[in-house]
Parts: sequence; structure tokens; C-alpha cells
Amino acid sequence: MADTLLEIKNLKINYETDDGIVEAVNDVSLRLEVGKTLGLVGETGAGKTTLARSLMRLIPSPPGKIKSGEVLYGGKDILKLNEHEIRQIRGKDISMIFQDPMTSLNPVLTVGEQIEEVIQSHNPQMKKEELHESAGDMLEMVGIPRDRAGEFPHQFSGGMKQRVIIAIALACNPKLLIADEPTTALDVTIQAQVLDMINELKNKLHTSMLLITHDLGVVAQNCDRVAIIYAGEIVEEGDLHQVFKKTAHPYTIGLLGSIPSLSEEVERLNPVNGMMPDPTNLPKGCKFSPRCQYATERCKTEQPEIRDIGNGHLVRCFMKEKGNE
Amino acid sequence: MSDLVRVENLKKYFATPHGILHAVDDVTFSIERGKTLGVVGESGCGKSTLGRTILKLHEPTSGKIFFEDKEITELNGKQMKPFRQEMQIIFQDPFASLNPRMTVYETIEESLLIQNLVSRKDKKAIDKKVREYMDLVGIAARLINSYPHELDGGRRQRVGIARALALNPKFIVCDEPVSALDVSIRAQVLNLMQDLQAQFGFTYLFITHDLSVVKHISDEIIVMYLGKIVEKAPAKRLFANPVHPYTKALLSAIPVPDPDFKANRIILQGELTSPIDPEPGCRFAKRCQFACDKCRGADIPLKEVEDGHQAACILA
Repeated sequence: MADTLLEIKNLKINYETDDGIVEAVNDVSLRLEVGKTLGLVGETGAGKTTLARSLMRLIPSPPGKIKSGEVLYGGKDILKLNEHEIRQIRGKDISMIFQDPMTSLNPVLTVGEQIEEVIQSHNPQMKKEELHESAGDMLEMVGIPRDRAGEFPHQFSGGMKQRVIIAIALACNPKLLIADEPTTALDVTIQAQVLDMINELKNKLHTSMLLITHDLGVVAQNCDRVAIIYAGEIVEEGDLHQVFKKTAHPYTIGLLGSIPSLSEEVERLNPVNGMMPDPTNLPKGCKFSPRCQYATERCKTEQPEIRDIGNGHLVRCFMKEKGNE
Repeated sequence: MSDLVRVENLKKYFATPHGILHAVDDVTFSIERGKTLGVVGESGCGKSTLGRTILKLHEPTSGKIFFEDKEITELNGKQMKPFRQEMQIIFQDPFASLNPRMTVYETIEESLLIQNLVSRKDKKAIDKKVREYMDLVGIAARLINSYPHELDGGRRQRVGIARALALNPKFIVCDEPVSALDVSIRAQVLNLMQDLQAQFGFTYLFITHDLSVVKHISDEIIVMYLGKIVEKAPAKRLFANPVHPYTKALLSAIPVPDPDFKANRIILQGELTSPIDPEPGCRFAKRCQFACDKCRGADIPLKEVEDGHQAACILA
């Protein structure tokens, strides 16, 4: 096993709103290894983005509240750092690529200035020329000519903007890159370009990555391990082969059954029935039980624990208990 | 076998301050009754404009549109009205395409009343019809008085479908109907649309950028690039034997949900070029690794490569 870069232990995050308590992340434990990519897959409202933001302490509070758990990075608990300490890490050790390239750049600053800003805040001694130089280098690294540094975001297309955002995220050579749906807003040929580039840079710079997506295809082609999140809980986790080939949790099976296959002829898709549960009023027992065709009385009352069914393949389902298989 | 919809040399240009934007440029195809024609392409290739122009939501610049062998190109709004009942559209964004001040009931009722399918006074009949269509698309009856903001994306899209179905149309343009939905909800809506087609014999023009969806739902597929059809083939054949370099690159870029699948990716350089005053010749030449002098200068016509399979490439 590779060295651990970051470890999340029993993290629980709520949003306390007037309409009730939204249980966004429930008892999540995950481990990120040095130089590896972990995919985090889930549907809208599953808690993916909340989890990712908590790693950089970007949960708006109020209403967000971290109820319990630890995020260990370099022996320290990120959740206990003060504002000054977290700012040393944010953007330097851990950085993030946001989903929507159209809205995550500042429209009134040139792209060069936006890259320089992050370099300068972590290297205050740098001179203006040096900053300019390294911002230009970053642009070239993501495949944009350096003489475009003086242009504004609106002069770039969607794919180019996402490249600029990647340049900002990688400018300080971070150890962990959190990519929150980095290609969802992009066309498929541009998505292929951007993912290829992220992978190339990641290997060059030995960066670990948490890749958040709802696209299982993107995961299969880009990750080492994958965790499936449902209603704020990890329901299945393992390496690619375990999750895609020896799929154990009914929700993961449903997700895979929802994707039209390109190689086989499928007349009808086999999706999960029903909708995501209301996060202010999660079902008792297994959170997936109301939509699960295998659910028993026990599933409706008792919460299954996540357990190892062999070689680090973790599943949260009673069906996979010993003697039940 | 008769064609329900036929389009001949359809063009739609928009005048912009920078020049003429060729959104749809000389497109010809027909759709058989009860079949699904898929239209794929990336943002800005003109696929939505195509769908809207066929319904005359845009006035075509030139070319001809036939519906059941009647030409509708020149018809004005009033003359179009009887056709509107038979040609419907489901929009992409279920968050923007419903009137926020109308309940589910009112939204579906409007469709029924506007074409006088039920008498305005016969409240009982309206109520019965509305409930029938809600049931058909799978919206629970308790949501009948809900406003769009109270519904999630999947349910809103079902309302959009019910609204189109209420007119009992023959032809439905589906403009990215599942793109805004989550994977599991998307599969539910796709299944619903297939079931409805089997039940009522609808003809679909299915516009999407998602290649796995288009393969799943279409009988025939056209691939568009900057307003032009670059390839047209039966769905299975397009995926088994793509001919145009753009189609090949597009297919190879799809991330396959199988870790053992080693993609032989063709990574395209650059992005879509501008559709404003395009130079004559193959629109894809600037990004094509096989481009040569023959590709520039004159437009490349569609050429039959095998039965029912056409591609616009000099190499084909």
C-alpha cells in the first residue's frame, strides 16, 4: 500500500436550516494515497461537493456545521486549524478545480493576474517579473500561449477557461488536487482533452487527486480507486476492478444499469427506481432501502455497517454479511 | 414506409454584427413514421437550431420542410396552428421551460385548451384528461397542484413531456431532454420515452450531445459539425463503422464505464471554429489530421459509403 496523504475519519456534516437539519455527509471515512486518484461518484445531492469543500474548510457556516470527525493531513487535523493556518494549506498543499468554468473565474481580472494572485499569496517574496514569468509558464503548461495572459475570461472558450482554472489550481504545485466535476460543463472531445491533460500533469507533478463526478465512464478511465456515495454515506468502495466487475451494492448495480452501453445491445435500461431521499428526512435503517428491490424488514430498521468483503472492497449492505451471500 | 418529416436543403443563417452565422447549412434528411432520428454534435453545431427551424420556431433562411408531404415552409402563424398540434417539442432545461406561475394542472390544461381538444366549460373532462396524462408520464396525482419549484428535475421533465403529449402529436422534437438529469433519473425518462413511442407510435427527432444515449434511443443518427451533416447512418452501423474523422474522434472520446476497456483515443486539437462566415470546404479541416488541399475550397457533399450510410469526407 502506498503512503497515506490525507485521511478522512468519520466525518459528519450538517446544514442547519430553518426547514430542518440537512444531513449532508454522514460518517464518511476515506483515505487518499500519494500519487493516486480516488473517484467519488454520486448523484445530485449525495454530498459529494460538501465533502470536497470540507477538505479545504470551505463549508459556509452558518448553515454548515461539522458535527464530528477528523481530516488528517500531514499529522494535523485540518478541521482544527485556525484561519491563518488553513490559508497556508489552501491553494498550496490542497487546491481545487470547480465545476463551472463559466463562473469560477473573476471576470474583471486578466487570466494572468488570476494565476499570479495565487502564486504571490504563497510566495510573497517574489518580484513582479518573476510572477509574470511563472504565470506564463503555467499557461503554457496547460496548452495556452503565454501571450494570452493579458486577456480576460470572456475572451476564452469553456474548455480554455477550464484550462486556466487548472493552471491556477496547479500553480503552487499542490500535493492534493480536488477536481469537482471538472469536465461536466464541457463537450465530449474537449472533456477528453482536459482529462488527458489533468492526468499528464498529475503524473508529472506527482499530485494525488480526488475526482468528483457523476460519470462512471470518467471514473473508469481516470481513477485508481472509487467510492460511491449515496445520501451522504459511502455505500461501496474499492479498486476499479472490484467496483465495476464485482459490483456488490444494489445502488452501484443500479447506477451501472442506468448507462446505455456502447458495445452491447440493450433494449431497456435498468435504472434504480424512485428518487433520492429528502436529506432533511432520511429514511431509517439503510438509506437506500426504499429504492432497493432486495430490501428486507431488517434493512428498514437497522443501519448496515460498511465492511470489507475481501481485499479492501468495502460494502454497506446486509446481503454481503458473512453467511448471507 | 412513409416519411413523416422531410427536410430539403434547409438553411438557417443569423445576421450578427460580425457577419453571417451559418447555424444550419444545407441540411437534407427525412424521418420515417414511428422512428427516431438522433442528432448528435457538440455545443454550437446547430443541432438545437435545426430542431427549432423544423418546427418553424425559427423562420428558415432557405430550403423546404415537409410534414406528411405537405410543405410547411412558407406557412404563417395562423396557417401553422393545426400543425402545431401534431408537432411538439420537449425542451432541454426543465428548470427554465415551465412557467413558474402555473401548476402542473394548469400547464397540462393549457395544452388541451389552446387547441380546443376539450371544451373549456367541461371542467370534469379537463380534470380527467390532465390526470390521465400525469399518470401516463408517471407523476403522482398528489402533485397536481404543485408549482415547478416544488418539483425536482426528473419530475419537471415529466411535466414537460406530459404537456407535449396532451396534444396527441405525431412528431416530437426532443431537444436534449435528459441532459440536465442525474444518471438514474435519466434512465427512467429514457425508458418512459421509449415506452410511449411503442404505445403511440410517435416519431422523434432526438437531439443530444450524449453519444451513448443517442445510440440507445435512435434508429438512425446524423452527426453534425458547424451546421453541416458530416455523417448519417443507421445507429448500429455508425458505431460499428464510423467513417468521418470527426465521428471517429467523437466516438473515441466517450469515457467507457469499464476499467478493462483501453480506449484508443483520438484527441482532437483545438476547438470548434467559428460558424460566422465559414470558408468554403470541409468545416472540420482545421482540426482534422488527414486534411489536405482537396478539403479546402469547395464544400464536400455527402457520399454513400454503404447502403444507407453517408459521409461527407473526401477519404470516404
